[in-house]
Amino acid sequence: MRYSEEYRDPQIAHALADRIARDTTKRWVLMEVCGGQTHTLMRYGIGDLLPDSIELVHGPGCPVCVTPFELIDQAIDIGGRTGVIFASYGDMLRVPGSRADLLNVRACGGDVRVVYSPLDALGIARENPERQVVFFAVGFETTAPANAMAVWQAQREGIANFSLLVSHVLVPPAMRLILSSPANRVQGFIGPGHVCAIMGLGEYRALAEEFHVPIVIGGFEPLDLLEAISMLVAQLEEGRAEVENQYSRSVEGEGNLVAQKVMREVFTVSDRKWRGIGEIRESGLALRKEYSAHDAERLFNLVPLQMEEPRECISALVLQGLKKPGECSAFGKRCTPLNPLGAPMVSTEGACAAWYQYKRHA
Amino acid sequence: MPETTHANGLFLCPAPLNAGERIVIGHGSGGRLSANLLRDLFLPLFSNPVLDRLDDQAVVELGGVRLAFTTDSFVVKPLFFPGGDIGSLAVHGTINDLAMGGAMPAYLSAAFIVEEGFPIETLREIAASMGSAAAAAGVAIVTGDTKVVERGKGDGVFINTTGIGLVPEDINLSANQAQAGDAVILSGTIGDHGMAIMSTRAGLEFETTIVSDSAPLHRLVADILKASRGIRCFRDPTRGGLSAALNEIAGQSRVSIEVEEKRIPIRQQVRAVCELLGLDPLYVANEGKLVAVVAPECAEDVRAAMRRNPLGRNANIIGTVGDDVAGLVTVRTTFGSSRIVDLLPGEQLPRIC
Repeated sequence: MRYSEEYRDPQIAHALADRIARDTTKRWVLMEVCGGQTHTLMRYGIGDLLPDSIELVHGPGCPVCVTPFELIDQAIDIGGRTGVIFASYGDMLRVPGSRADLLNVRACGGDVRVVYSPLDALGIARENPERQVVFFAVGFETTAPANAMAVWQAQREGIANFSLLVSHVLVPPAMRLILSSPANRVQGFIGPGHVCAIMGLGEYRALAEEFHVPIVIGGFEPLDLLEAISMLVAQLEEGRAEVENQYSRSVEGEGNLVAQKVMREVFTVSDRKWRGIGEIRESGLALRKEYSAHDAERLFNLVPLQMEEPRECISALVLQGLKKPGECSAFGKRCTPLNPLGAPMVSTEGACAAWYQYKRHA
Repeated sequence: MPETTHANGLFLCPAPLNAGERIVIGHGSGGRLSANLLRDLFLPLFSNPVLDRLDDQAVVELGGVRLAFTTDSFVVKPLFFPGGDIGSLAVHGTINDLAMGGAMPAYLSAAFIVEEGFPIETLREIAASMGSAAAAAGVAIVTGDTKVVERGKGDGVFINTTGIGLVPEDINLSANQAQAGDAVILSGTIGDHGMAIMSTRAGLEFETTIVSDSAPLHRLVADILKASRGIRCFRDPTRGGLSAALNEIAGQSRVSIEVEEKRIPIRQQVRAVCELLGLDPLYVANEGKLVAVVAPECAEDVRAAMRRNPLGRNANIIGTVGDDVAGLVTVRTTFGSSRIVDLLPGEQLPRIC
């Protein structure tokens, strides 16, 4: 397949792995921020190619994993109401709330649909003017512009029956939280390639400077990740702490200015709760007042719920890179993809599910 | 979820929504949920030595004759798709379940559950397709049934077919017969049927030329059986894809299976669409492919026999049976590392990013 097979060449992979082994003289702990990167690392068994002195820990960048219980419960609440079509990306359907998931809602007669884009959901709203169409707007800065665009279009066309249940989170505040923790072990980051394609490198330069930590913005193919790891090792060994861009075929310094503009037009930065981690100040997005007619939380009079996570679940520690999934006492026993205790076991991008899928017997 | 109805009086699903208490789509996906439903609900209630083998077909002796017997229901949407339709699929699917037991299919039944308001002309088109699929495969549809459900209580038309066929005396195939050292052979490319269906569904704004592989496999099976005596079992990787077929064989034979990623044939377009949608072709359905587990010394003969038949022209030896961990299926990646290929919990859900 053109434009992707080139980045999966086993020979180049082994050459990069050799270079990493040659360059590494100390132990280094690296974190890949994105769930998509975790998935590729597991899928290709890249950890097996690296020297033992490189430890990879999986970051919080799986949108499915960090969406809090309360929001899933709100989604389930809305999705079960008559007159509502609830549209979502596929893998949100199996994320457990406190008592159920959206697949169960569908089994009980709720109209829950899988879409590939918020604009598809907007199309459903256009075709079903008598029903309320709610799109579950999850994700990081990557999915935010398209969601903003859908709301902006709905407002412009006067499609009043379209709304978003917003659960947008931002990457830099989560990285800041990890770096600020006294227990932090992460010494270098593979930065989120697609997020930076939207947002540019500015926020990451500030983090690298403030915490003296190298950040290499990386892509999602195996060679991207190996090259990013190699660049990180070189920085660490030389004592540098800079932002470098491995994913230059997609990421430019300023990011996508048009996307940023529509995001700013529709969303404002807000405090957000992260599943397993808790509330992080100014770590997410909410709809601006001007667009509140498309805010599902307001439309459906949702009351903020407080939920407790299952005690045994250590997803907070996993998402911050402080523990590996295999170190959890419930892992693979009381917590499996079929009966997940915590969200990282749900999405195939989630650190626990990826670990379960690819490494369980290793 | 709070157990109250809302202040505005809107309906809220009143049933307790714990996973497992109601049927969800995943129970029909051929993954872990399907396997659990079978194990926990049906098997204890129906248990007998024939059923407990859990093969694609039951092989029974009746009046001194060995019969293969199977049934399958078809609920595909859309009803017509590139490379076939619900009618031809209903014929091929049941023929293939018989063929996987080494049987020569002879007779089929056809039962229709039709929704009120369904166009008779469309039903005629589907029945015509069934008729010609059966004729081409050399089987006869000899009995049937039609039921009509109220509008909204069905989805156009559902079809059930049941089939019987004769099992030659010296043929004894079962998914519990794989042994360490055996070769695993796949008859062709994977993922074509599932992706042909998926790329016709609403919501995808691109066009592909992917065509379903729906085809009857009994003649390919007969060719293979003629070429070799070392066949342990066949499976057709339908729901749940190649992963489910391999996991079933590994589980029932209490062996491990390792396949090599680079030896599994996948069409470029299928690979590309899977990638775009965040799906893994190992879990995508096929309707005209089979997996054969064969004694190692027969592997080359079997592959050659498959390749002589147009339905097996892309056949490849994809892996071997081992005795590491009973029930474990792994794939050796192009990078030389190994990963587990487990049954999916339920239906495969597209990833967000």
